Amino acid sequence: MLYAILCYDSEEAVASWSKDQHAGVMTRLGAVQEKLSAQGRLGPVARLVPTTAAVTIRKSQEALVLDGPFAETKEQLLGFFIVECASLDEAIETAQELARANGAGGSYELRPVSVLQSGGL
Amino acid sequence: MNEIAWIDTALAAARPQAIGALLRYFRNLDTAEEAFQEACLRALRTWPRNGPPRDAAAWLIMVGRNAGIDDVRRRGRTQALPPDDVISDLDDAEAGLAERLDGANYRDDILRLLFVCCHPDLPATQQIALALRIVSGLSVKEIARAFLVGESAMEQRITRAKARVAGAGVPFETPGAVERAERLGVVAAMLYLLFNEGYSASGGEAHVRSALCDEAIRLVRLLLRLFPSEPEIMGLAALLLLQHARTGARVDPDGCIVLLEDQDRHLWNGEMITEGLGLIDKAMRHRKPGPYQVQAAIAALHARAARPEDTDWRQIERLYATLERMQPSPVVTLNRAVAIAKVQGPEAALALIEPLADPLAGYFLFFGVRGALLQQLGRTDEARGAFNRAIALANTPAEAAHIRLHIDRLAMNSRSGVDS
Repeated sequence: MLYAILCYDSEEAVASWSKDQHAGVMTRLGAVQEKLSAQGRLGPVARLVPTTAAVTIRKSQEALVLDGPFAETKEQLLGFFIVECASLDEAIETAQELARANGAGGSYELRPVSVLQSGGL
Repeated sequence: MNEIAWIDTALAAARPQAIGALLRYFRNLDTAEEAFQEACLRALRTWPRNGPPRDAAAWLIMVGRNAGIDDVRRRGRTQALPPDDVISDLDDAEAGLAERLDGANYRDDILRLLFVCCHPDLPATQQIALALRIVSGLSVKEIARAFLVGESAMEQRITRAKARVAGAGVPFETPGAVERAERLGVVAAMLYLLFNEGYSASGGEAHVRSALCDEAIRLVRLLLRLFPSEPEIMGLAALLLLQHARTGARVDPDGCIVLLEDQDRHLWNGEMITEGLGLIDKAMRHRKPGPYQVQAAIAALHARAARPEDTDWRQIERLYATLERMQPSPVVTLNRAVAIAKVQGPEAALALIEPLADPLAGYFLFFGVRGALLQQLGRTDEARGAFNRAIALANTPAEAAHIRLHIDRLAMNSRSGVDS
């Protein structure tokens, strides 16, 4: 069975880490990832840019693009797509197409991916 | 991460919000800072024992308020007592306060705190030093190091700046929309200067001073979280990120400046570029262009070019022309001339910068660009004269060394540019 492990933390706190703290965390995570990868268990790993670069669209009003991250606490994360887009405009068009196909409620939050490792799974 | 490091990080992250709220409450910068200091000391004592509070900023504001009230009362400045529900039980009070802070309430606190540092009577460097001390919480020693001055000189500078601000009367009423926009503009300008203090450094200083760039980016991200729909703040964030992304490639191991087109683009920071490009795309969707967005759009065109020859100079030239209309300045025209040289050739560029000789008579890059254009036209003697003038005007040894490189290259008929 595949499991997604989703990362949550305070962006402000993470942004306050010193370079050494940051490098330490990344080195320790890297060691675990290497082990998982060697075992053939690691799928894609992505790091997203901070939410300040996010926009959100409601699936029911897909023409309306809101600045900022998804902030509705009554809805839960159900899944995600990783799509290559030349620009934010293309990403928004893609999300709007998905919204029309989906036809239901909820939202899509769009965040640039700053690091993507395929993992090899 | 060990426990103390975790607490330090939490205190640093909560600082602008906590001091901003304490300033609103006490209406005095020194009292607000002392109250925050006291709250941090108590946090270091109690957090390891009781675990971290749910909302660190709310905890610090509450404890800082009580500490400040004690202090003010001791000094006999006021008889006012806080309402019982505020001081009797911290745990009960925390929930309510945290909720109130959740809203738009505290964004004006943080904006005010930044705005207070930008008092127009203060020279730019003092505004920046004050913001680093009060908002970022850097020590006087750290700030002195970043500004390459002695600790006691910086201490004096900050003390004087604080006295100036204290005497000026801080605007405490909740700002209206127009006022808020004005404050945002003033604060954005200060953050841009803060970034440039770090970015203009070179040689051995570059490493120390790039901390100023990191701090400017941290503060502009904070501003953007508070005001998520301001295109110019998005533009400023994008501009700083896209420029800072090149830091690793701008200076060679000997401390010499490497021009944009000679930089190893693999050394550019891809994560910062991704974030910067995302932000400028987002800003431009608002169709409310401003100087930061235009400059970020220029930086974005450089960032998108995998090789120097892929650079869209025609578009860059148009953007500089837009910037010239928004913010007429001989330096902007000089930059446009560099783009013109790429698109139309050195002759057209030279004609464009001729009228700048007077306003830019003391600017080393003017003579650097002029020299490079003359060089491309094969006017070697005149080029050498311009480069010599540039060396005489250079601000740092690295700038002078960079121009000397041009003189060495004169015989080789090489290329040049102004961006780095």
